[in-house]
Amino acid sequence: MNEEKPKLIVDGKRLDGRSFDELRPIKIEAGILKRADGSCYIEMGKNKIVAAVYGPREVHPKHLQDPSKAVIRYRYNMAPFSVEERKRPGPDRRSIEISKVSKEALEPVIMKELFPRSGIDIFVEVLQADAGTRTACLNAASVALIDAGVAMRGIVTAVAVAKVDGQLVLDPMKEEDNYGEADVPFAFLIRSGKIESITLLQMDGRMTAEELKKALELAKKGAMEIYAVQRDAIMRKYRSEEEVE
Amino acid sequence: MSEDILLDIKRDYVLSRLRDGERIDGRRFDEYRPIEIHTNVISKAEGSALVKIGNTQVVVGIKLQPGEPFADTPDRGVLITNAELVPLASPTFEPGPPDENSVELARVVDRGIRESEAIDLTKLCIEEGSKVWIVFIDIHALDDDGNLMDASALAAIAALLTTTVPAERFGVGEDFPLPVRDLPVSVTSLIVNDHILIDPSRDEVSVGQYFMTITTDQDDNIVAMQKSGSYLLSEEKFYELIDVSIARAREIRQLLKDV
Repeated sequence: MNEEKPKLIVDGKRLDGRSFDELRPIKIEAGILKRADGSCYIEMGKNKIVAAVYGPREVHPKHLQDPSKAVIRYRYNMAPFSVEERKRPGPDRRSIEISKVSKEALEPVIMKELFPRSGIDIFVEVLQADAGTRTACLNAASVALIDAGVAMRGIVTAVAVAKVDGQLVLDPMKEEDNYGEADVPFAFLIRSGKIESITLLQMDGRMTAEELKKALELAKKGAMEIYAVQRDAIMRKYRSEEEVE
Repeated sequence: MSEDILLDIKRDYVLSRLRDGERIDGRRFDEYRPIEIHTNVISKAEGSALVKIGNTQVVVGIKLQPGEPFADTPDRGVLITNAELVPLASPTFEPGPPDENSVELARVVDRGIRESEAIDLTKLCIEEGSKVWIVFIDIHALDDDGNLMDASALAAIAALLTTTVPAERFGVGEDFPLPVRDLPVSVTSLIVNDHILIDPSRDEVSVGQYFMTITTDQDDNIVAMQKSGSYLLSEEKFYELIDVSIARAREIRQLLKDV
């Protein structure tokens, strides 16, 4: 596989012309679905993702209820047509793992104790995938939660860092993800405009401890830029609601 | 309900000992429980290992069979890792298809072996494009007294080290030892109240599932990481975790050298 690996960095630029610490173009829109309590559409590069939040609402099946706090469920799902080769519908092992760690990234940020016996369901559908879907999904889910009016300690913002041709790059796209040496998705809790802690952290590939520390710094820079776009989407939504009134 | 009360009592006990700067079993914060590795425990398997970390026990069996390669890697063997949290291993495990915990366990173990390139998959090609060796790593939990993750990862690499490729049985040449060229070791910690507890026991996990697993290769590179559990991790703790995980992995790797 290494033999056919294309050069991913040419003249200090990435294949799509970005510099190492540059995000792909992002577009976020809140409240795009009628039926859901909160929703969000995001484009991060070629990724196109819809997130919906239902709840707080009654939990089914009932035995899953928790008398002291809300139950959070997160379902990451890829549309069969979202990738080159048709993906078989339904959850595979990858989606099960992504759903688990993504739920765990949001759970400590949602004020679950305010909604005893209820459930908050977060559904994200990847309509088109181009690397970094789990992070893009979390960015959308976070905005959808706020759109639903769910009380949160802050906002979750996610971005990945990859190592390609020995160089750390922010927000890898498909080619960099496929042929890169490592991929590290991060999600952060941002509160009052500051990164407070890490809520999601995974890694596969090969990196030294030093590189990993640099990757975290790079991810933080990217997260602050994404946070600004998330914030803007929420502000626009509330402003348009005010106008209607 | 009685389980819940017991859990509350255990949690309080763990936390009160932590306030005194102690773990309930008297271990140092960065200390593993005793580790035992027994290889070749299942002669029907191509390779196998039983690993004990304290009371936690996991057996891993390796099976190989010829099969089709993936289209994008026609000249490489295929690695498939599966984990079964069978109900015999814990009162909380239920029979049925793998749940998110067993899927995560298998995938994190798989990542450590895959990303460290521990198995030289290029040497597992029988006929390019049509026939390669499929390596099945099957993780079978026997007793979950905490930290199944590290026990499984250690049993997997130990089992691989003792694996013979059964070429004769399938009529494709002579048997040969599975080419293993790295020793990935995963180190799992529980993060509680600003403490890092290496190799958490089941009683310690009563405070909550706040795990971090860091897998390193023999050159101290990080090859896999997984934050598992609903909690907030500070940057400082993240840096500490990297250093302590590298140090512990080096020691555990020495145990593998005797396998």
